[in-house]
Amino acid sequence: MTPRQPLPWFAGAALIALPFVYREPYHLHILILILIWSFAYTSWSMMGRFGLVSLGHGGFMGVGAYVTALLWNHLGVSPWLGIPVAMTAAAVLAMIVAYPCFRFRITGHYFVLVTLALSGIVLQVITATRDYTGGSLGYTPDRTRGSHLLALQFDDKVTWYLIALAIWALGLVIWRWVDGSMDRYALEAISEDEDAAAAAGVNVTWEKLKITVISALMTSLAGALYCQYQMFISPDTVSGIAVSLQMVFAVIVGGLYVSLGPTVGAIITILLAEILRIGFGTRAVGWDNLVYGVLLVVFIIFLPKGILGSILERVKARPKS
Amino acid sequence: MMDIFDIYLLEAVVNGILLGGVLALLALGLNLIFGVIDVTWICYAELVMIGMYGMYYMVQYFGLPYYAAAPLTILLVAALGALLHLLVIAPLLTAPPINQLLATGGVLFVLQSFATVAFGIDFRNLGIRLPVLQFGEMNFSYSRLLAFAAALIGMLLVYLFMKRTFLGTAIRAISQDRQIMALMGVDTRRIYLITSALGGALAGLASCLLVLQYDIHPFVGLSFGPITFLICVLGGLGNFVGGFVAAFVFAEIISLGGLFSDLEWGYVLAFAFFIVMMFIRPAGLLARRS
Repeated sequence: MTPRQPLPWFAGAALIALPFVYREPYHLHILILILIWSFAYTSWSMMGRFGLVSLGHGGFMGVGAYVTALLWNHLGVSPWLGIPVAMTAAAVLAMIVAYPCFRFRITGHYFVLVTLALSGIVLQVITATRDYTGGSLGYTPDRTRGSHLLALQFDDKVTWYLIALAIWALGLVIWRWVDGSMDRYALEAISEDEDAAAAAGVNVTWEKLKITVISALMTSLAGALYCQYQMFISPDTVSGIAVSLQMVFAVIVGGLYVSLGPTVGAIITILLAEILRIGFGTRAVGWDNLVYGVLLVVFIIFLPKGILGSILERVKARPKS
Repeated sequence: MMDIFDIYLLEAVVNGILLGGVLALLALGLNLIFGVIDVTWICYAELVMIGMYGMYYMVQYFGLPYYAAAPLTILLVAALGALLHLLVIAPLLTAPPINQLLATGGVLFVLQSFATVAFGIDFRNLGIRLPVLQFGEMNFSYSRLLAFAAALIGMLLVYLFMKRTFLGTAIRAISQDRQIMALMGVDTRRIYLITSALGGALAGLASCLLVLQYDIHPFVGLSFGPITFLICVLGGLGNFVGGFVAAFVFAEIISLGGLFSDLEWGYVLAFAFFIVMMFIRPAGLLARRS
């Protein structure tokens, strides 16, 4: 076992204590967004780190957000029940799409294109069922008066900050759990060479399906939480190709192979978007994505391990040289 | 009641075939690039979108007639394709395929947001109203017929180019074996560049045709981009004939599905069909059984 390091515990305590000391609403809002998106990005990189590049996660996120909100508005089902239902729905969707992919060895380009189509189709379904979902105009869960635990609606930012922090920590715990499991070795073997892994006795389809379902469950949870926090969702903000690419971008920038990489990516992307929004005002429409896109291309060409990944590599390499 | 319904059904079938022509053109462009360079341009539909804006500005602002603007647009998008290859794909040729794919995803972001910043998010259209052709009791828009005919001619030209010219032969040879052809003295870099420009030109042609049917906005690529990818996968990536057949199958499903409900449901049906086909023929419609 690794020796217990004190640093994460101090950092965790500081993060929990933060909102009680400092409660500027705007900054807390940014922090909450960063934490929720970090969790979503972490769930993407659960698959991404094993070479399973999915552009379908926008679809899972959309399912998480919309199923929860629709159940609440139309059937009065509390999000406490609605979120598990939404997560199950996302997991089932993931299995329907992923099983044939894995069973019939659809990898690489094919897999990316299939998942890309998935997120496009979820977007189309949300738009097509506009009588229920409000289509591209977006959708708002019915508000309760004030904070309401049963409806998972809170007016104060501190509660949301703590919820988001807990979920973010949960994401890191799941990452560590996968990192320390046998599945990690199996999946790494698969990403190196599927046939060799299968010959060595790895159940390729099952292993891939497992990580995909875990990833889809986490992503839909992130979508549902985002919906509950923002109280407004539209097909463009929680589903579709743009959201999927945004996840990929943030993870690539932060670092795909390190546990805090997606978090670093979320910090960079959200701060970038906010700075551009404040700097340019309404003229900023489109600018943030323009910068995202250029950075994504530049990073993939020059720094494929991401910022945190590259820094950690430097730090690790130094003592040896 | 029943015979009116049949007329609508027939109309939808014909419209599906007409739609299939343009989709087949797009699928051909993607397949060409995949087959030769082994890269998927996620941003392919966005190249079409830029081409549509090119058409819009040339026709509306510079007052060029449609038939003069179309070749210019094709050249413009071809140049864009070559530029995309030089700037993004060429440095990544030896990188893992996923990185190439994601880089073109970044380009998708860039093109979409560039269009948002430069042209705004308003819907625009060319303002050219082509007459509607009446055939019996069925109505067909002239623009769709034109698109279908032009797409077929475009594909025929590419076919002849690939079969009858030296350059086309070299391109086909490279798609068969990337390593050997370099040893045979073929300049792969030049072939890649030409293929990218050709793929861009096909996107440019598609944009000239689609601009007659669709309103132009920065996200218009999303309405036919995902479906093009599905078609390519269904036909087998890099399989030209498979892509051609799959385009018409898909277009029929979308058109007939749209007949019974909204157009979006046509897309949903097409996707359901796609998933079923993935179970039955995972390597593509026309794949040889191994």
